[in-house]
Amino acid sequence: MIDTVLLAAILIAFAVAAALTIVRIVVGPSILDRAVASDVLLTEVLCVLGAEAAINQHVRTIPIMLIIAAVGVFGSIAVARFVARRDQQGDR
Amino acid sequence: MEEILDTASLVLVLLGALLCITAAIGLLRFRDVPQRLHAATKPQVLGLLLIAIAVALSLRSWTVVFSLVPVVLIQMATAPLSAHMIGRQAYRNGDVQGLVLDELAEEPGHPEIGP
Repeated sequence: MIDTVLLAAILIAFAVAAALTIVRIVVGPSILDRAVASDVLLTEVLCVLGAEAAINQHVRTIPIMLIIAAVGVFGSIAVARFVARRDQQGDR
Repeated sequence: MEEILDTASLVLVLLGALLCITAAIGLLRFRDVPQRLHAATKPQVLGLLLIAIAVALSLRSWTVVFSLVPVVLIQMATAPLSAHMIGRQAYRNGDVQGLVLDELAEEPGHPEIGP
């Protein structure tokens, strides 16, 4: 009984978090806001994969978590460098 | 004992999900990029740590623990990196207002605070 309640709460929490983050990605005034929000969305995907492995008790998603944790940083860095190059050209 | 461990792992997953909600609300409510970064880096480290502990409690095998340790370590190493890059770029773009002390300015000191 308590497990069912906890599962429902977990599902609702992840859904609301992802929806609010997507709202910030769509609304975000600057590209850096969108980069931060997409980083958070990637972290939520990571957390959802781990939660699914914990709930269903299998290990198939753990290599995917490792790859996302290793590669996910490059998106934000690429966006930050791209913004830098565009601003320097704008100054000259 | 098994049921207690399973329920504990569900509670930890719920805590991680609540941290994700906290980050999302912070992204929506805060004003500029550094404040949003402050909210965004909470689930990247603590939420993922809670969920990794939950997976370890749920599966109860050392192989899983030793494959989750690099996930958490890599995330702890790369989350400050991307946050630093984005925060520095936000400062250079002039998105940061209302600083009490601006140590990156040409002459460090207190900026003029208007009436």
